[in-house]
Amino acid sequence: MNTDSGPEEATLPRGMSPHRIRSLIRKEMLQIVRDPSSIAIALVLPVFLILIFGYALSLDVKQAPLAIVLERPTPDAADLAAGFMRSGYLTGIVVTSMKEATELMIERKVDGILHLREDFGRGLSSGGAPVQVIVHGVDANRARIIQSYAAGAFSLWMARRSSNGNAQGSAGQVRVQSRMWFNEAVDSRYFLVPGLVVLIMTLTGALLTALVMAREWERGTLEALFVTPVRTGEILIGKTVPYFLLGMAGLLLTAAAGRFLFDVPLRGSFLVLLGGSALYLLVALAIGLFISSATRSQFIASQIALVATFLPALFLSGFLFDLASVPQAVRVVSYFLPARYYVSFLQTVFLAGDVWGVILPNCAAMVVMMAVFFKLTLRKTKKRLA
Amino acid sequence: MTAQPEGPVLSARSLTKRFKSGKGKEITALDAVSIDIPRSAVTGLLGPDGAGKTTLIRIATGLLVPDSGSIRVLGIDLAAHPGEVQSRAGYMPQKFGLYEDLTVQENLDLYADLHGIPKEERSKRYPELMHMTGLGRFTDRLAGRLSGGMKQKLGLACTLVRSPDILFLDEPTVGVDPLSRRELWEIVYRLVKEQGLTVLVSTSYLDEAEKCDTTVVLLQGKVLAQGSPSEISSIAEGRSFRISTPETLKPRQLQARLMEAPGVVDATLEGRLVRFVESDPGELDPALLRGLTVTPVRPRFEDAFMTLVRRTEGKERDPSEARVRLSPDQAAGVSSELVVEVRDLVKRFGAFYAVRDVTFQVRRGEIFGLLGPNGAGKSTTFRMLCGLLQATGGTLSVAGVDLHHARASARQRIGYVAQKFSLYGQLSVLENLDFFSGAYGLRGGNKKERMQWALEQFGLAQYSGSPAGQLPGGFKQRLAMACALMHEPEILFLDEPTSGVDPLARREFWHRIGSLADLGVTVIVTTHFMEEAEYCDRMVIMVDGEILAAGSPAEIRGRARMTEDREPTIEDAFISIVEDYRQERRAA
Amino acid sequence: MESLRRIRALIRKELLAVLKDPKSRFIMIGPLVFQTLIFGYAATYDLDRVRYAVHDQDRSNASRQFLAKLDGSGTFARIANLHDQKEIRALIDNKEVLLVVQIGQDFERRLIGGQIADVQVISDGRNSNTAGTALAYIGTIVESFNAEWTRSRGGLPPPAKAVPRSWYNPNLETRWFMVPGLIGMLTLVQMIILTAMSVAREREQGTFDQLLVSPFRPMEIMVGKSVPSILIGLVQSTIVLCIALFWFRIPFQGSFVTLYCGMLLFLIAAVGIGLMVSSAVATMQQALLGGFLIIMPFALLSGLSTPISNMPQAMQYLTLINPLRFAIAIVHRIFLEGAPLRVIAPDLWPLALIALASLSIAVMLFRKRLG
Repeated sequence: MNTDSGPEEATLPRGMSPHRIRSLIRKEMLQIVRDPSSIAIALVLPVFLILIFGYALSLDVKQAPLAIVLERPTPDAADLAAGFMRSGYLTGIVVTSMKEATELMIERKVDGILHLREDFGRGLSSGGAPVQVIVHGVDANRARIIQSYAAGAFSLWMARRSSNGNAQGSAGQVRVQSRMWFNEAVDSRYFLVPGLVVLIMTLTGALLTALVMAREWERGTLEALFVTPVRTGEILIGKTVPYFLLGMAGLLLTAAAGRFLFDVPLRGSFLVLLGGSALYLLVALAIGLFISSATRSQFIASQIALVATFLPALFLSGFLFDLASVPQAVRVVSYFLPARYYVSFLQTVFLAGDVWGVILPNCAAMVVMMAVFFKLTLRKTKKRLA
Repeated sequence: MTAQPEGPVLSARSLTKRFKSGKGKEITALDAVSIDIPRSAVTGLLGPDGAGKTTLIRIATGLLVPDSGSIRVLGIDLAAHPGEVQSRAGYMPQKFGLYEDLTVQENLDLYADLHGIPKEERSKRYPELMHMTGLGRFTDRLAGRLSGGMKQKLGLACTLVRSPDILFLDEPTVGVDPLSRRELWEIVYRLVKEQGLTVLVSTSYLDEAEKCDTTVVLLQGKVLAQGSPSEISSIAEGRSFRISTPETLKPRQLQARLMEAPGVVDATLEGRLVRFVESDPGELDPALLRGLTVTPVRPRFEDAFMTLVRRTEGKERDPSEARVRLSPDQAAGVSSELVVEVRDLVKRFGAFYAVRDVTFQVRRGEIFGLLGPNGAGKSTTFRMLCGLLQATGGTLSVAGVDLHHARASARQRIGYVAQKFSLYGQLSVLENLDFFSGAYGLRGGNKKERMQWALEQFGLAQYSGSPAGQLPGGFKQRLAMACALMHEPEILFLDEPTSGVDPLARREFWHRIGSLADLGVTVIVTTHFMEEAEYCDRMVIMVDGEILAAGSPAEIRGRARMTEDREPTIEDAFISIVEDYRQERRAA
Repeated sequence: MESLRRIRALIRKELLAVLKDPKSRFIMIGPLVFQTLIFGYAATYDLDRVRYAVHDQDRSNASRQFLAKLDGSGTFARIANLHDQKEIRALIDNKEVLLVVQIGQDFERRLIGGQIADVQVISDGRNSNTAGTALAYIGTIVESFNAEWTRSRGGLPPPAKAVPRSWYNPNLETRWFMVPGLIGMLTLVQMIILTAMSVAREREQGTFDQLLVSPFRPMEIMVGKSVPSILIGLVQSTIVLCIALFWFRIPFQGSFVTLYCGMLLFLIAAVGIGLMVSSAVATMQQALLGGFLIIMPFALLSGLSTPISNMPQAMQYLTLINPLRFAIAIVHRIFLEGAPLRVIAPDLWPLALIALASLSIAVMLFRKRLG
């Protein structure tokens, strides 16, 4: 009655049994279905996140309110003010003194001030009339965008004036014509949706698995399992497969929402997306399993999983913040995070297409990490206590 | 399968295992242990908490690696091929790892799959197992919803899905009621008889030792004795006696006196009779027994065990330490005043009646026992008395009020020790005492005095700085008692206080309870250990939420149907009462 | 009096339980410091090394002058000079550069002729925010190039010039925005989890029953559970505050008293939410995942990662129940703007309202669960 043989096992290493693995997978699936909290993380949270990312988060500044101080409402001044409002990105509240404008700014009713002084008209004719553009700098990113909107509106106004023959123009001017590839309409959803995929995969991959293995240690279920013919590798496969499927379901859900709800294009091929995502998911699972085998405590495992996988996926992956601009030391840390490679992969596959020059190196990095963490987990999960 | 070589199935030679216990200290769990386990027999592993029983079993199953020494199981060198042994052994850990969110059937299937049992064999095996364990009706129930006894049986069924060559059971009967215990043992014996199974079982129930073919007594990591139960029992030959209690005393008071007397290693209750064991013949002060008839009796395993342990541990466990002294104003004495009154108490969860029409009274200074199998509604009744649950119907009053509705200050008058250890494990003994005295509003000199009292009375001073969670079992239990007594309550609720506590600690515990009652504290206690029911003044037996019997220990014992020729015990009575009841229900 | 004494015992126990063990002490502080430092450095939208390539078809003095301006800015790093337009695609696709600057053949001729000379900038929009920021940098450089060019050609100065200024954050550093924001964000995570777990642990370990049979009133237990969490929260927010002040050297403009008033309200609200979670769960795992389920939307809709004013109106209303939104606004306004109590009042009273609501609901749930 030796089950450790048979033709099917040819592909499995060292006498692993497909029957046992199938049984462990079934057990894990039943447990997932019966535990409301893991269902919540695996299914409810992604839907939450899709809605938030799709409908609430946006880095695109639209209609930022500006206080326009017209100390003396000359036609020129009024014309400039109108020019600012025409841009479509800014709206104006006209006031007559800087004091009022300051008050609006303090109350955060406006994001900036366009200050045309009393001598604006005079300055125009003598050249060099100062126009102050003040922004509320607390949210620096938003402030900078508003600043560039204002600068754009201002140069447009200047250009129109000169073409009206009002003044100057002896020297040539450089004008920037910019094109943003992959995202011509500059819609921030285009990079938020791929980022969302990373978050969801990290959640199901690392956080959930970190908990499940630790739970078996805590509840003592592993002790009984160990004294059966089961192999450590089989236990790990049994843990991996269900969460892998769950994670892939999350991917499909998000990709579908991105494509059909938020019109984010998928320019690369679907198969490449699946392949790379499967790879990342395996890395995340391996890390989750490693954390829980190393800590054997649900509380500590979840803390570490949050700090080591989830938060970096949000902050250190290049999803929101450009990694080229962080200090050297922090950048070095980011090289050890799989999310970094996955974000790069996803942004390319979604928005640029199958660019192998990006896809291959990133996938290679993920393969290495996966191998390392599975190896470490195997070493940590001996069929031994203590 | 290859022919089994003759000789012991398991043989260990000078196994030693040490554990680090923080701060660079080391604990020697096993100290040069050598044992042999014979084929097709039940070997019992006995010893108090921390003796090394679990460590030994874990080494034998390859879950732990010994620091030195060698062990062969089924003729295989464990160090070289642990996997081979694990494929052929069955193991039921103390906290059996059932998947509580899987059903009975799913748990069985999982283990059958892991052992690679083919379909045909299952269709033969499952009905057998279901019949054996009586779980047939519950195959679709989640394991987490089973009672303690059924969980243990399911755990055993999972280890038996295929016939193992050797079976390891680590304290399989802890927290299991006497009926289920008896059934578990029957299953094990049938396997030994019918299939020639070899079993190694650890237990702290000394009466179970008598059911083993051979026993190993462990203490502090060393083998104290090895042999058949009768061989071990003979150590106490000529030292075991029985005396009857004079009318002027309660039996437990006589038992307490004997316990404290020098030269006595053990004293237990048997109805109106007290059984005691002398450390050496003639050592006992004859003045103590003046005017009493002393009959020599045949020694039991328990007598020998106590003799062995006391010999090794000596005066360390001086029983007089265990006598609780309270402040004089509390010594109110016994009275006929009713302190607890329960009338037609009902607790319903949905359509299920957990407690149905329960009525009883408890007088001041009484020790009152609530007995019953797992799931009988004892704990539910208890939780209602303490105000943790609201009753669905009926009335109850504790010290004149219903605690669920009364002002919080009414709870000042009760103390409560929960079923499982429920103190703050990471806090030290002193910090726990400090918290609970603060919780009951003690302060200043009074608080200091009470804390000092607790440390002295419960012998906790040596551990005052250690985290409560790391105390040895018996000391945890002492600390739990101390915390519940900080505010000198009139009524003490104890929910299975001795479950999982070794026999030595249990004796100490009852010694304390007795002296508390003598001082006028009312004690209400639930327990699985039927021999402990002897210490109660009165008791009720509950099954399926109803009271089946009530009365003094003597009255209860009178209801036993005896087939053998011996004094009926409370356990015999209990089993008869419950079986009668179940037969009636089946008939109805 | 009695009641106060009991509460004090509970608070002392609670603090001991968290702070006694060096490991759990470390968990309270280590990750906090680590995260503040990492995110302080990483969470920045500022660019200081934009890799770009040049396709200069003019190769004139003027184009060289223009490119020198880019290279000299310190923000842009030129990594390639292209000779063929076809090379652009691969460079951008493979993420070797963020931008390609393309200068046409007639660049110098047009400039000298007083005409408009176009410069094409192609950017990688996979992260459109980064690309947009880089473009804004280029815009600034072009402007100053134009001014210089006009001056060097002896042209008239423009009739008007825009003088950009930024209040509260003169160099527009994202860090000034992020790090003070972390005071609220990180404390929220810790508070909710800590509070929810401390009750769930007592339930799981059975000590909760022990509390219930002692003379504690439900209200006393709630207070005894809240105060330690709030104290720990105050310490944690102080640690982040200190890192902001002394490590990142972000200038503090307002009053510490006002700041701590706001923080206290916020902590009460957070603890209330933690208690709500704890009364709905049975195990530590559920407490953890439940807490997480609540923290995620709060953190994302707080205005720290993306501005609230960018959200659709309906979502903006939804953020009104998010204590973190107000906490972050309060911290920013006091920290960077030096706002007095009068000015932050519109953010304070909603926070007080949320605190009141969450605590009352927690008390209600708590009582219901006991009854």
